[in-house]
Amino acid sequence: MTKLELVCPAGTPAALRVAVDAGADAVYMGFRDETNARNFPGLNFSVDELAEALDYAHAAGAKVLLAVNTYATAGHSEPWTRAVDNAARLKVDAIIMADIGLLEYARSSHPGLRLHLSVQASASNTVAINHYVKEFGIRRVVLPRVLTVPEIRAINSRIDIKTEVFAFGGMCPMAEGRCSLSSYITGKSPNMNGVCSPASHVTYIQQGQNLKTNLAGFTINKFGPNEQAGYPTLCKGRFTANDETGYLFEEPTSLNVTGILLELMEAGVSALKIEGRQRSKAYVREVVQNFRVAIDAAARGERMVIEMDNLSEGGQHTTGAYSRKWM
Amino acid sequence: MNKSKLSLGPLLFNWSNDKIRDFYFSVADEAPVDHVYLGEVVCAKRIAGKDYLPEVITRLEKAGKKIILSGMILVLDGRDMKTVQDMASMAGDYLVEANDMSAASLLRGQDHAIGPFINIYNEASLKYYEDGGASRISLAPELPASSLRALAKVATSELEVQIFGRMPLAISARCYHARAHKLHKDGCQYVCERDPDGLTVDTMDGQPFLAINGLQTLSYSYANLMAELPELSKMGINHFRLSPHDVDMVKVSRIYRDRLDGKINLEEANDILQAEMFALEFSNGYYHNMAGLKQVGT
Repeated sequence: MTKLELVCPAGTPAALRVAVDAGADAVYMGFRDETNARNFPGLNFSVDELAEALDYAHAAGAKVLLAVNTYATAGHSEPWTRAVDNAARLKVDAIIMADIGLLEYARSSHPGLRLHLSVQASASNTVAINHYVKEFGIRRVVLPRVLTVPEIRAINSRIDIKTEVFAFGGMCPMAEGRCSLSSYITGKSPNMNGVCSPASHVTYIQQGQNLKTNLAGFTINKFGPNEQAGYPTLCKGRFTANDETGYLFEEPTSLNVTGILLELMEAGVSALKIEGRQRSKAYVREVVQNFRVAIDAAARGERMVIEMDNLSEGGQHTTGAYSRKWM
Repeated sequence: MNKSKLSLGPLLFNWSNDKIRDFYFSVADEAPVDHVYLGEVVCAKRIAGKDYLPEVITRLEKAGKKIILSGMILVLDGRDMKTVQDMASMAGDYLVEANDMSAASLLRGQDHAIGPFINIYNEASLKYYEDGGASRISLAPELPASSLRALAKVATSELEVQIFGRMPLAISARCYHARAHKLHKDGCQYVCERDPDGLTVDTMDGQPFLAINGLQTLSYSYANLMAELPELSKMGINHFRLSPHDVDMVKVSRIYRDRLDGKINLEEANDILQAEMFALEFSNGYYHNMAGLKQVGT
């Protein structure tokens, strides 16, 4: 078994340096526009910043993966093809994509560019993954968060490319790239705009001792004085069905796989992805350092559970779909 | 608009075998729809014990309806993949609609359909599937008019949009119906069959929000693009999908057909639809490049 590669978020050039210094094997980022799935104000890279980032990361032996992982808009696809052209020109180590038209463009225009299939493509089975391999020569697939560890093992035994899985941070309970909950409420979606439950549509309303969180006019949660209030991501709110109110889709929680690294290695996983390009430098530093320790321990066959609940949404963690009990 | 065709999308809900059979018999006998999509798209567990398909296909075909078989949305290796492979193997006999890349891959090179659960947001993606043999492509509800127009301009396939019914918004490995009943997916007791149009999800302030349907999450509001039909026709989109609900779908399809044929005006059509769908919310926001739940104009 080879050692797991640690793929870390770089929301900004400063976060990139922190991640590289903390022991990232690879960093991923996006350009400052709608071509990536963290199209948030104040985040991401200009072309010049990416060039500098490549120098910094490569000097430290870390790889740079560029996410162009939203779907190009009809009649307006130039920002996406330009992002691919810039990635090729700057010689990023790989580009992470989901849009099949864009994969086709990258394959034909830049045959030397290494392609990773984004989680946003939701390739959840062997036939789909092998299709992307055959048609576009993708070299790695980021698996959607719908698979158990045994299912990941079975997939790895039937494909010839590497798999990357999400390891820590925010977790979509929905299959990625196939969710338009956000645009139904706010008009902005991950696929089209690179945002989910955008801050521009969020309001916090104090009602006496209680705090209500609201997204585009809809109450997403209410917190009592002793509860920790969370960001109103719409699938992590409290709702009512059948006269019962609760976390109908998902609790506010973060994924954390430090406890199952040995199982993921045994299942043939090659790389772990830390979510959180929107997070602070301090967050990135602590998570990356902890995962560096846990991965190095796993490579020696040692299990090291690191809770990091202080860095988690709702102060709790889950292994999500990796464990069937989550379903 | 009288060249336009109406289709009945795949049934998204877990109705009983008898209810499904009776529903399609009435569609065969009375509904003015041209194409009927058949097949379980949400959850492979629901297929067990259902044997309506051969009878229903015969009856619909006898009535002159064209059959399209719809594949599953979220496909994992194993049981899901088996259903996709079985369906793909029927591609010589029926048009088969792919709703996952696995099905699109298996059908590539043959005449087939691409469903709204495969992401086509731009011209290059549309061309990729058309080059692979897709002759009929149903676009996602999320697309605004500007995207539909740009796609219709270059399409060589027949394009379809959903004009009626709750909009599919998300799919998950987790079963929300089971979760709402404090059950696990593996022991779900098929609780999704209790809600023939989905289970309404309200906010903590009692505002209707979404609807859950097993692994799927739908809009609370029902899409209604009655007012947008002339513009869609002008773009060159001629196939309009009605998503089946537990209402009088024969009557619903007649309203849209009469409107397309110019037998009733827009106001009359919407009035009759409102009366039929008492107390439900309609929306057309996505088309107008707004939040999907918005209702613009009348």
